[in-house]
Amino acid sequence: MLTQAFSEAFSLIASANPDLYEILWLSVKVSLTALLSASILALPLGTILAISEFKGKRAIVTFFTAMMGLPPVVVGLFVYLMLSRSGPLGVLELLYTPAAMIIAQCILIVPIVTSLTHQIIEELNREYRDLFFSLRIDTGRAIFAYLWDARFSLLTTVLAGFGRAISEVGAVMIVGGNINHLTRIMTTAIALETSKGNLALALALGIVLLMIALVVNALVMIVKTFAMDKGYA
Amino acid sequence: MPDTPLIEITNLCLRVNNTDLLDSISMSSKDCGVTMVMGPNGAGKSLLLKCLHGLIKPTFGSVKVSGEYVLGPSTNQAMVFQTPVLLRRNVFANLKFAAPPGTNAVTINNALSTAHLADKKDLPARLLSGGEQQRLALVRALLRKPKLLVLDEPTASLDPASIQIIEGLIQDFTEHGGKTIFVSHDIGQAKRLGSDIIFLHKGRVVEHSDAARFFINPKSKEAKAYLNGQLIV
Repeated sequence: MLTQAFSEAFSLIASANPDLYEILWLSVKVSLTALLSASILALPLGTILAISEFKGKRAIVTFFTAMMGLPPVVVGLFVYLMLSRSGPLGVLELLYTPAAMIIAQCILIVPIVTSLTHQIIEELNREYRDLFFSLRIDTGRAIFAYLWDARFSLLTTVLAGFGRAISEVGAVMIVGGNINHLTRIMTTAIALETSKGNLALALALGIVLLMIALVVNALVMIVKTFAMDKGYA
Repeated sequence: MPDTPLIEITNLCLRVNNTDLLDSISMSSKDCGVTMVMGPNGAGKSLLLKCLHGLIKPTFGSVKVSGEYVLGPSTNQAMVFQTPVLLRRNVFANLKFAAPPGTNAVTINNALSTAHLADKKDLPARLLSGGEQQRLALVRALLRKPKLLVLDEPTASLDPASIQIIEGLIQDFTEHGGKTIFVSHDIGQAKRLGSDIIFLHKGRVVEHSDAARFFINPKSKEAKAYLNGQLIV
């Protein structure tokens, strides 16, 4: 049974099964959009937290660090309550749409990218602080300089965020509803197809998901090695 | 204000954890030449330079450069640190980042030539040797066309060729009317470059005299011991 399931799974992948690729495309689209949105917010936020001094900074940093382990189902529940018809954002009618899934994934990624960015830039700031002060570099320019100079380390952070987003199931299941051709993505489809006994499609999606995880990790390693070799890390 | 000295330090004190790291320093220095700051480790040389450059706020007292109170780094000063701080970019980009607005590529290339780094402009700055990195840090400071150049042991542990190039750049700067404050433990270098010597011990200026007089007949017992290679307690 297992051999047959694997065989069918590989043939689904090889034959470019439209259902499989539709799910795959939506998964990547949702996760990349969530990642992009989260990064636009979290990269500068993590940098500002790293280079500025203000009252309550430690508390904010601790909050984001703690939120790295945020349970996805809790995020799903929170977003559901916000977007449900009786919730404060119900008027937007986003529940059970890819936008709701993007919001949920975004909430999950922001603490990861913020916290890791803070760690990376804080270390860089120890090195650059006196120089930037001496050169009278203003805060805006300093933020761009930190983000640019830490780009290779930050890419690793962003890819870690993507890994978290693409492999997430609890939150997107709650706010997306796993609706066929609309909000069904790889992780929710795997859960559903397994429960239905359709192991071939579940395995095919699992293999693709695994491949994505491997490619992301390989990219991280390549980027790290390149940056080390070139003295950019 | 022709009679105003370039540097005027009045009753400068830096107190950390009830310890006076700099204690009642008062001194003035003329507009040009190289003032060498000497003294044993822990005497407060680097702290004095940081106060002078505006990187550290003194507990008491004041620092004036060109008749203006130093409240932070200003455009008429540039500093080179003992460990060169270089951005994770190539050599050219390091200079471009620090250069005043409107500086063109020709000016930057000329600056690189003066430091014998023209053929390395596309290399990652962090892959340069220690001597090359320090030369790059020095031309980066000079590119800002400061009146006052503050150098914190820029030639420590460099090879003779790099020391010669750096000393040449400093001499060229002072010959064109610039003022240099230079911390060094190298007595030979102080004799070669120094027009006057400030000798610090335990956060106090124990001697400030012309270089020729200082090396022939130091007034303080601490300076005598230092020049004789004896441990000062």
